[in-house]
Amino acid sequence: MIDQNEQNGNGSGAESKATGRRNFLKFGALAAGLTVVGGGLQKVLSQDKKENPDTTVFTRDGKVFKADKACLHEYTAPPVTNAEARIGIPGKKFTMVFDLAKCDGCKKCTESCQAMHFTESDREWIKVYKMKDAETTASYYMPKPCMHCDNPPCTKVCPVGATFKREDGIVLIDDDRCIGCRSCMAACPYSARFFNWSDPMQPVAVANIPYSPEHGFPRQRGTTEKCDFCPHMIREGKMPACVSGCPMQAIYFGDQNEDAVTNSAGVTVKFSQLLEDNSAYRLLEELGTEPRVYYLPPKNRKYPKPDMESIGKENKIEGGKSDTGMGNMAM
Amino acid sequence: MSKIIYPDSHIPAELSEEVIREDSMRPTMKWGRSTQLWLGFLFMVFGWGLYAYIHQLRHGLGETAMRNYVSWGLYISTFVFFIGISHSGTLVSAILRITKQDWRMPITRIAELMTFVSLCFGGLMPIIDLGRADRIANLVIFGRVQSPLMWDVMSIVTYFTGSTIFLWLPMIPDMGLMRDRLTVVDTPFKKFKKWLYKTLAIGWTGSKSQWKRLELVMTIMTIIIIPVAVSVHTVVSYIFAMTLRPGWNSTIFGPYFVAGALYSGSAVVILAMVIFRKLYHLEKYITYRHFDLMGRVVLSLTLIYGYLNLNEYWIPAYKMATSEGHLLHDLFSGSYSTAFWLCQFGTVLFPIVVMCFPKGRTPGALTVVCIFIAIGAWVKRYLIVVPTLLHPFLPIQDVPLTWSQYFPNWVEWSVTMAAFSGMVIIVTLYAKFFPMMSMWEVVHGAHIEESKRVAFEKVEHAEEINEAKTNHKKATVVG
Ligand code: SF4
Ligand code: SF4
Repeated sequence: MIDQNEQNGNGSGAESKATGRRNFLKFGALAAGLTVVGGGLQKVLSQDKKENPDTTVFTRDGKVFKADKACLHEYTAPPVTNAEARIGIPGKKFTMVFDLAKCDGCKKCTESCQAMHFTESDREWIKVYKMKDAETTASYYMPKPCMHCDNPPCTKVCPVGATFKREDGIVLIDDDRCIGCRSCMAACPYSARFFNWSDPMQPVAVANIPYSPEHGFPRQRGTTEKCDFCPHMIREGKMPACVSGCPMQAIYFGDQNEDAVTNSAGVTVKFSQLLEDNSAYRLLEELGTEPRVYYLPPKNRKYPKPDMESIGKENKIEGGKSDTGMGNMAM
Repeated sequence: MSKIIYPDSHIPAELSEEVIREDSMRPTMKWGRSTQLWLGFLFMVFGWGLYAYIHQLRHGLGETAMRNYVSWGLYISTFVFFIGISHSGTLVSAILRITKQDWRMPITRIAELMTFVSLCFGGLMPIIDLGRADRIANLVIFGRVQSPLMWDVMSIVTYFTGSTIFLWLPMIPDMGLMRDRLTVVDTPFKKFKKWLYKTLAIGWTGSKSQWKRLELVMTIMTIIIIPVAVSVHTVVSYIFAMTLRPGWNSTIFGPYFVAGALYSGSAVVILAMVIFRKLYHLEKYITYRHFDLMGRVVLSLTLIYGYLNLNEYWIPAYKMATSEGHLLHDLFSGSYSTAFWLCQFGTVLFPIVVMCFPKGRTPGALTVVCIFIAIGAWVKRYLIVVPTLLHPFLPIQDVPLTWSQYFPNWVEWSVTMAAFSGMVIIVTLYAKFFPMMSMWEVVHGAHIEESKRVAFEKVEHAEEINEAKTNHKKATVVG
């Protein structure tokens, strides 16, 4: 089936200019294009002598033909297939750095992420913890996404290879393949994974688009999900949702191979220098999971420290509502 | 002067083949009202569980009490428990066979049957637990041998196949006998039985070469099944031990689980022995001697299991490393402490003390002890699975209440009870079609017994002469 007009960035709908932001990834223009959906295509092909064959359509295998504009509709297809999503973006090694000195626990990253992936409020793919390592030490906020471990315990145990490590360092889940055994959830030491116990609540429009492991939706019941570093955004040369959503510019994201990371203000710094200057560390280093996510210690904080007493009391999430299987909600 | 002890008879040598066969086959000849009622009750429980499972399939695993922290619960605990029970058959049949323990004869069938049924449902539990049971074929299409879950699939399938064969092999001569006998007796389901026995007997005539081949195949199976059984529970433990989680990240999980499996499995065999002995009036065959010996077996297994428990908890408890410490606090003095200590004292220490005394190895006492052990083993599995999941490395903060605590809900209980009743259904039906004792083996055992007695009398005689010669020499012969 022809479902997409172009893959190679030579289509008409190229719109990958990062909106005013530094196009740090320098990808070729990959774009949402025009596509013909099943029945419509049949119609086009059967009516050769159309009055208005005014649009050129590319098929996935590179064929070109003219089609009636009326038979086409705008379509933001997943940029890559499930098989392509397993490989990753060549030549990249994505990494994320959290400057804990800047994080004030506002949870805007979580909110941006939830909006990006159409998740319920209890699905904190990036979760902001209130940390206090010992009685005598300082408390601080710590956002925690998936660590995209280089030695990922989760992918090792998956019996069907539904979760996998890509060349570009990202650990993804193919929910079209996941059998829901939850071995990976048991194996992840960072509690980064979530399970769709019931039908996920997501906008109807989202529920109907083709699935891609790169954006993780439409989310499916009985499968796992987690932070994915927003590869579908990266492909468009944009930042992951949490990075651009952080008002404190506390999150840096970039390519370790390029040795450059950028935050929401568009400030790009040398990755290695940033780690060096701030004595960066990784979470639970002793476990040998080799996280791709780094933390800069919460030194000289510029915000009030978290109130550890409040943990559990400001629980704004209603008791497991989203788990009761309310089905799709209207957009 | 010392007393010469005649080895306790386990199979009364005076029983003729005819009597043994009659006693074994009698229960398969009737189909009484009580059987029907019992089966009806079991099917009701099973049907209810099936309803719960369909409910779960339709609405998703969200219908269970499992949530993102406790992502494995009662199903997986029960899975481990069932796989544990399945070690009984191997223990009694294979290990006692290879060590030439002839007293095993009347109880091998029961043990092998326990293995078979517990594997049937043990193997189902993880499938019931799957979020996408509809994609089970992915295990074949995309299967990865690097995954511990895959090891489970492979070894459980192997073990299931092996123990089905192991259950069936010694049945062949019996099936031949029952097939031939069907022509002279009347029994319910005669047509079906005719077909059934004929199929299972696969042309058994009892010729010398057939006996030889059967003996050979059984020896081979005995040797194969022991490592397979050990591997099964080892890899079951690996789905936990291969993670980094406190409480699971343990190098003794393999032997710990295997010991726990043998301990609970043999306890369940004793319970089955008690039940069938009563129901089928097998007192002549399953004697106090059997209970005494099985009691000793369970006692030694409990000692090993207790010793491994000590290692599993005392070593980390001495060190109290941070994350491990949180878990241990919860187990020792927190919300799981009652269950934990009841398990340690009630189902390990108490059985050890009781079984140390000969009186504690009589059917009555063993029934109590083994019920304790069976329940204890089950609860212990739960205590291995759940508290660890509630103690992840990073704190559980600001999540819905349903995520930070766990207790199985009606769906999980119903499905689990259905699995138990399914097991009992198979056992009941089996017992209505097949003899619960391996007839030819019991006959064989009686022969061995007889020849032993003869041999013993000779020895006794020799001893007497010897004694007379050396006058006060100690001469004790123990069976
Ligand atoms: S943080 Fe967890 S889910 Fe993410 S890669 Fe590491 S083990 Fe896997
Ligand atoms: S839940 Fe899905 S992704 Fe996770 S281990 Fe099982 S099959 Fe793999």
